[in-house]
Amino acid sequence: MKILATVKRVTDPDMKVKIKPDQSGVVTEGVEYKMNSFDEYGVEEAIAIKEEHGGEVVVVSVGPSESTKELRTAMAMGADRAILVETDEDLDSDAVARVLAQIVEREEPDVIVMGKQAVDSDRNQTAQLLASYLDWPQATFAFDVEIGDGWATVGREVDGGTATKRIKLPGIITADLRLNEPRYASLPGIMKAKRKPLDTLTPDELGVDVAPRVEVLKFEAPPEREAGEILDDVDELIDRLKNEANVL
Amino acid sequence: MANVLVVAEHVDGQLRKVTLSAITFAQEAAQLTGGDVEVLVLGSGVDGVAEELSKYGVSRVLYADDAAFQNYLAEYYAPAIVACAQQTNATIVCSPASTTGKDLLPRVAAGLEAGMVSDAIDVFDDGGMKFRRPLWAGNVITTVEVTTPNKVVSVRTTDYDSAEPTGDTAPVESWDAGLESRDDVEFVSFDQVKSERPELTDAEVVVAGGRGLKSGENFEMITALADVLGGGVGATRAAVDSGFVPNDWQIGQTGKVVAPQLYFAIAISGAIQHLAGMKGSQNIVAINKDPDAPIFQVSDYGLVADAFEVVPELTEKLKSVVE
Repeated sequence: MKILATVKRVTDPDMKVKIKPDQSGVVTEGVEYKMNSFDEYGVEEAIAIKEEHGGEVVVVSVGPSESTKELRTAMAMGADRAILVETDEDLDSDAVARVLAQIVEREEPDVIVMGKQAVDSDRNQTAQLLASYLDWPQATFAFDVEIGDGWATVGREVDGGTATKRIKLPGIITADLRLNEPRYASLPGIMKAKRKPLDTLTPDELGVDVAPRVEVLKFEAPPEREAGEILDDVDELIDRLKNEANVL
Repeated sequence: MANVLVVAEHVDGQLRKVTLSAITFAQEAAQLTGGDVEVLVLGSGVDGVAEELSKYGVSRVLYADDAAFQNYLAEYYAPAIVACAQQTNATIVCSPASTTGKDLLPRVAAGLEAGMVSDAIDVFDDGGMKFRRPLWAGNVITTVEVTTPNKVVSVRTTDYDSAEPTGDTAPVESWDAGLESRDDVEFVSFDQVKSERPELTDAEVVVAGGRGLKSGENFEMITALADVLGGGVGATRAAVDSGFVPNDWQIGQTGKVVAPQLYFAIAISGAIQHLAGMKGSQNIVAINKDPDAPIFQVSDYGLVADAFEVVPELTEKLKSVVE
């Protein structure tokens, strides 16, 4: 079984981003980057599928040349090889999906595992767009995946509870946070990853026009909430909620 | 004419209230396009939902009653919505940014060759239609423009009031989706969390707990407080990750977004990922024993105290106040 997993290099989610004074983007100097956390769940699941069913895990990233670091991390976890589609532009989800569709045409994977959303752009679109372009079935927000007889049975996190869906492979699964516990890269894994193949392509070479369908015009900080008061005790809290906020 | 099509959300023929917020968004967008707001309901036995929706100031409600739509599957819903948008001259298709909307709308966007805006909080005209949306866990708001003629939008419903009944009713029409069946996808089950409590996204009061509560059993003090106030219950990602409570309770960047009148953050430190889901609340009460917890930076009222001591006290005392 050939499993494709995707990896995005994102700003460290525990650091607060700062906006450039000209509102054209976020400040990148001095910022730490790491693999999008939902992609870690996706890579872990891809490796777990390989361990159970055999095959190969190919990881793909669409982003700047520095994304090789996150791809090496995925290979240190256990992925077999990597493809970087290099671009310095901040692509919209649709462009990323069309780039990935070309990779899928070349690689012909049986299943694709992706993070449900990137924690920087928070769009939650790419996997579903890709599934639509390929006319493949999709199982998003997975917390449980069982593969057998050419189908994936997927437990999904949905509003109001959980849902279970079966998709025939090839298909696309997106990872939610109860899916697994991503493994740490071992030292031998890190050493091995340095020798694993990493191919670099460009959107141009794949024949994909990455002009955005959604153009970002301006970045702003949200209005700040002002810190309120620290109260003495429960009685004061109830009094304020009742007589000041009028919510009781 | 450039119409706006709202895809209604319902659970087994019961309208989800978030749909009414998406209608409000659609009404604002339609003022910019000069078109009408129309609503599409997909499902089985949904004529009642369609009738109900006709009261909210829309121009027409279409419903497609088909056994194949009984259980939601993006692979069936998306092509039907694409066909409906094309037949009704809709250039904007919108729906709540619920898990269904998030799963479904990108497929609709691909089918309409449309750019998609996730989590829209604003639509306005500024030399062309613009949208605003939060990202980076709500720490950044971007203004975006969709360059394609068709546009697909998931609406952050906490930023829009529910549409109100106008006293008039719009025409309600059955619509044939002309569905083609597929052999590569099957619905198995929807396991609903049965609860007497209000849905988190609808609740006027939300009581949420964090990892500081240490166990799932200790969430009983959260539910007890919520029940006294008729509120919903929520949790942080860390509490969900620790297996204390179901993922359906998760509030934050990767969970639900809520904006109730009153929000209790109990034993929650206030990581930015959690703040992303609740800082639009009107009144925030934080209870945490760490005086430096970032949650106090956004709370209106804070108690620096051990939740295990003050939450039961608060619950008891509120009982007499609420009665």
